[in-house]
Amino acid sequence: MKTIVRLTLVEAVRRRILWAFLGLTVVIALLTAWGFSVLIDSAQRHGVNDVQIEVGVSQILILLAFMFSFVLAMSAAFLGAPSISSEVESGVLLAVLARPLRRSELILGRWLGLAIIVVAYTAVAGVFELGVTKLVTDYLPPQPVPAVAYLAGQAIVLLTISVLLSTRLPGIAAGAICVVLFGLSWMAGVIGGIAAALNLPEVASLANGARYLLPLDGLWKGTVFSLEPPSIALLGQLVGGRGGQAVSANPFFATSGPAPAYLLYVALWVAAVLGLAIFSFRRREI
Amino acid sequence: MTDATAIETRELAKRYKETIALAGLTMTVPRGEVFGFLGPNGAGKTTAVKLLLGLARPTGGQGVVLGAPLGDLAARRRIGYLPELFRYQSWLRAREVLAAHCELAGVPSDRWAGQISSVLELVGLTDRAGDRVGSFSKGMQQRLGIAVALLGDPEVVFLDEPTSALDPVGRADVRALIHHLREHGVTVFLNSHLLGEVERVCDRVAIVDRGRVIVEGRIDELLGSRSVRIRVTEFDGKAEASLGRFGPLTIEGDWLTIRPVEAESVPDIVATIVAGGGRVHAVEPGRATLEDRFLALLQIEEALEAAKS
Ligand SMILES: Nc1ncnc2c1ncn2[C@@H]1O[C@H](COP(=O)(O)OP(=O)(O)O)[C@@H](O)[C@H]1O
Ligand SMILES: [Mg+2]
Repeated sequence: MKTIVRLTLVEAVRRRILWAFLGLTVVIALLTAWGFSVLIDSAQRHGVNDVQIEVGVSQILILLAFMFSFVLAMSAAFLGAPSISSEVESGVLLAVLARPLRRSELILGRWLGLAIIVVAYTAVAGVFELGVTKLVTDYLPPQPVPAVAYLAGQAIVLLTISVLLSTRLPGIAAGAICVVLFGLSWMAGVIGGIAAALNLPEVASLANGARYLLPLDGLWKGTVFSLEPPSIALLGQLVGGRGGQAVSANPFFATSGPAPAYLLYVALWVAAVLGLAIFSFRRREI
Repeated sequence: MTDATAIETRELAKRYKETIALAGLTMTVPRGEVFGFLGPNGAGKTTAVKLLLGLARPTGGQGVVLGAPLGDLAARRRIGYLPELFRYQSWLRAREVLAAHCELAGVPSDRWAGQISSVLELVGLTDRAGDRVGSFSKGMQQRLGIAVALLGDPEVVFLDEPTSALDPVGRADVRALIHHLREHGVTVFLNSHLLGEVERVCDRVAIVDRGRVIVEGRIDELLGSRSVRIRVTEFDGKAEASLGRFGPLTIEGDWLTIRPVEAESVPDIVATIVAGGGRVHAVEPGRATLEDRFLALLQIEEALEAAKS
């Protein structure tokens, strides 16, 4: 398995996948810095007060995080989607699997290698982005580390499902399905929030089911919660009740982070999907 | 199953939905032999190798390779494999591909360097060891594939169409390599549709067609007797009778054929013809080729089938 992990990492470096990601991040961070500096300049000239600026900056940061989570999730999906199928199709795996290597070791090695890449990239990009924001606006979110960790968690969830699909489907099909799943799960999150606010229990439970099938939404709320200044979370709590639910229906607000039970669920979900991937690949003829 | 057996199968079968890729393969490959598994495209050769390696699951029958059931992890340490569809990680250097396979095969790391340089030498890729596999021609990739198959001193090597991408020089190299392996006691399972190629290196062959073995045996038994064809002009019937003592004679225009014939008597045959006033234009020693045998067997099969229906 160690060999497979190493091969996966070497491939990412040699094929310049990592460098492309890092280049993209630098560009985004520079654009952010420029955008923030223009914004703050103009806000201060118009006499907007500091709390308002802080809320504004945090909202823009959340929007950026959303964009980043999208890019990250798609990158993870497209790293995972061809990870098994392309080597089955090309024939690279014929020689590899004739070695004393279990199919489970191949799947886990691949997944672990890609997960390392995704997490490392998220960490680097997150630090970079938050660092630039802090430099320009002097705003540092209350919980920067969990914010980035939840983003990485989302990417891992998509990576895992894409590896599962890759044991059976060609890379393009698996990637496309992941995009659709990502979209659906995001919508389910929004719809679920609205349904709760409007008190529509049937819709809410349907949407909730979708949220657990692909646990992205809760992690996203975790990112949002960790990026908000405490004043916003406080606002949500103050409004309370239905009003609080209405706030939580907005995908860019959160009144609380994910519960530990939910995080445990996500971990079990990842393990179960990986188990399914191993099961599926064992049955595959190459 | 004894220690002298490398591969043994009983009624090993594989069906893909409607396609019967392999219909009950029963065979024994003794250790240290070069075994040719021959047949036209689509006969089931690749399927058989994948079953023997545990890459595909049989739909019937059993098999044993090196004393272990098919696909056994420990036995795989002692098996080398060149797939028909040979492809290696294009972003790695040739040496790195070999190192990765050493690691996967469980070769102790202090022996990697020696192993790698010796297999590179054997397939003639020493000069290109530091190049990316992506820059290799198909023929070089196939050589690399053979090198991968030879890592870790395997006891059995499966070569699936090992010369498909090679030029005539490369083919000769592969034949030399197979001889080398046999000298070192390695069992070679050679898949090929090039019958002419294989008859020069194999001890034993099985000929398969549409998933069934139509004949199996030692190659000298299958090939049968030698013959000689001679083109002669100005040769009269009386002298022809004098050739009878060398073997049964047939005449087609200017061509005389004697089959079977002792190889040593060919010069005497020519001398007899010349002494009888004949002018010799060409002498072609011959042997039934595997291809002849194969085509003849196919015709018999088809005739049998036609008779049945
Ligand atoms: N994965 C597969 N799915 C369906 N049919 C297959 C598959 N692999 C091989 N076959 C069929 O099995 C038969 C034998 O194929 P193969 O073993 O590749 O033959 P050979 O190697 O002798 O050319 C062919 O008819 C082929 O189409
Ligand atoms: Mg074949």
